[in-house]
Amino acid sequence: MGRKLLTEHINVEGINTFEVYRKHGGYRSVEKALKTMTPDEVTEEVKKSGLRGRGGAGFPAGMKWGFLAKPEGVPRYLVCNADESEPGTFKDRQLMSKLPHLLIEGMITGSYALGARTSYIYIRGELLYVLRILEKAIAEAYAAGFLGENILGSGYSLDLHVHPGAGAYICGEETALLESLEGKRGNPRNKPPFPAVQGLYARPTVVNNVETIAAVPIIVNEGGDEYAKIGVGKSTGTKLISACGHVNKPGIYEIELGVPVEEFIYSDEYCGGIWKGRDLKAVVAGGSSVPILPKELILKTAAGEPRLMTYESLSDGGFITGTMLGSGGFIAMDETTCIVKNTWNYSRFYHHESCGQCSPCREGTGWLEKVLHRLEHGHGSMHDIDLIVSVAKQIEGNTICPLGEAAAWPVAAAVRHFRHEFEWHVKHPKEATMPGAAYRGAAVLA
Amino acid sequence: MEPTTSPKKLQFSPAGQAEIKRLFTHYPEDRSKSAMLPILHIAQAEFGGWVSPEVQDLVAETLNIKPIEVYEVASFYTMYNLKPVGKHVLEVCRTGPCMLRGSDELTEHLERITGAKMGETSPDGVFTLKEVECLAACGFAPIVQVREKYYEQLHTPEAVDAMLNELRNLVHRPILSWEENGLPNSVQDN
Repeated sequence: MGRKLLTEHINVEGINTFEVYRKHGGYRSVEKALKTMTPDEVTEEVKKSGLRGRGGAGFPAGMKWGFLAKPEGVPRYLVCNADESEPGTFKDRQLMSKLPHLLIEGMITGSYALGARTSYIYIRGELLYVLRILEKAIAEAYAAGFLGENILGSGYSLDLHVHPGAGAYICGEETALLESLEGKRGNPRNKPPFPAVQGLYARPTVVNNVETIAAVPIIVNEGGDEYAKIGVGKSTGTKLISACGHVNKPGIYEIELGVPVEEFIYSDEYCGGIWKGRDLKAVVAGGSSVPILPKELILKTAAGEPRLMTYESLSDGGFITGTMLGSGGFIAMDETTCIVKNTWNYSRFYHHESCGQCSPCREGTGWLEKVLHRLEHGHGSMHDIDLIVSVAKQIEGNTICPLGEAAAWPVAAAVRHFRHEFEWHVKHPKEATMPGAAYRGAAVLA
Repeated sequence: MEPTTSPKKLQFSPAGQAEIKRLFTHYPEDRSKSAMLPILHIAQAEFGGWVSPEVQDLVAETLNIKPIEVYEVASFYTMYNLKPVGKHVLEVCRTGPCMLRGSDELTEHLERITGAKMGETSPDGVFTLKEVECLAACGFAPIVQVREKYYEQLHTPEAVDAMLNELRNLVHRPILSWEENGLPNSVQDN
């Protein structure tokens, strides 16, 4: 049984209230940081911890904090990205609704480290009820003297606000999020300048995912070196994995990074195997944007090593035989799943969510959706299979933000590993378009 | 609450105005446009579940900005309805993880029972079916969201019918204060 750092107290009755949370050691990191550490010392601990961005990119959080520009007399901001929208990902919603004070504690300690005097939690608009939970918890923290003027007599002051989005996947991209927070359309910005220099209101800003910020109190309390002892190599600490699709026990699991994928899928401690006694066909391991892998390659690397739940092991083999840990949105598909239909579904998603700024993405995602639609519905040709790969290639790398890649990668990977399913749709349109039809043959490994 | 769609001048309710005043304190004084998204949410809740051009003009006036600045935002975000809707908008997730767990069957059943096709409002004006993308509750799929409530694990026709029956008898309160608390039934244990 792995250690639970974030979710240790998640099932304690009343843990969403300040009083109970405090009784279980809550807000200790604020006391420790504000009374005994300088802001730079807090940042140093986060650097030592090896904590990597939990939203999907996996960029070292301490390094991101280190990039923040600190010109005299200019306000700077910490913004929490709670715009959880990556299909397959539902960890932040659960963390915030059950443990609102953990996020708030992380926001206070993190804001202190960065020298922010006003901070925001940008939460997707659909999670209105979570926004209410957070606002209530924030009011409790103000009343207890952990927010507002002169926190705990330290001389440090902080205001914290929650801000709702309104339905736009793209606002999970940090510069689109900042545009949205400024009351505009969520169009990603050209970079540079990066948010660390010109972010919210053109001021230096750090944007971090909910889970990243929630790990800060633990790192400050236990020390960065202690945190770094958990996990494997550069994948330190614990990670929330949200498992969904055809597993027996969908849900959120906090794992120590390094758990074998096979154990995660089949052990009763985690997903409990594939439902209905069926065989596993494929997995999208890190949210819908990462490459899909067939069973054989998700359980073992191309070299035959057991695949582990770490940033490095999941990406072993690059995109030819590997994938990414991403956001930890783990989508399992059983043997009855039609990969063509699945790929078409996601291409629809990305087409819908493209902000429309960059032509390759705006037009390309539409093309992908259309061509995949005809392949799925039995009107496609062999040429169409190469066409979608070609369109995906022309989106990739040619857009302002990574939504282009997010739309292209799943298509390229689906054709790479399941080309025969696309061909089957072309050759046997009648069978392929029967309700619930799916090709049952073996996958291509590379 | 009945929408106040008098042909004269639209106005936020006193409670809505108080909430807007509170929102303005969240942002720097010269950055009040930041309150646009939350104010549009309040407007949609107060004026019948959608934001008409007149409602958007009211938001522009409240923010002291040009109407176009509101139009371009309201049309960008999918939560804002730009056309009249039924009493309840059923936001049906159809993205991959929900599809794997039966969102197609859920949609068929909803269309049959309500008499509305996806994107339409039922003839009795009670239900609007709206297709939405991932609602971040994939482990509890398939899902329908109605205002602030998530209806989860709608695997069976019985579960869907129970949801519809509950909604038929439900009167929405406008979203006025986000300080109001109360965990929805849909926050599930894991």
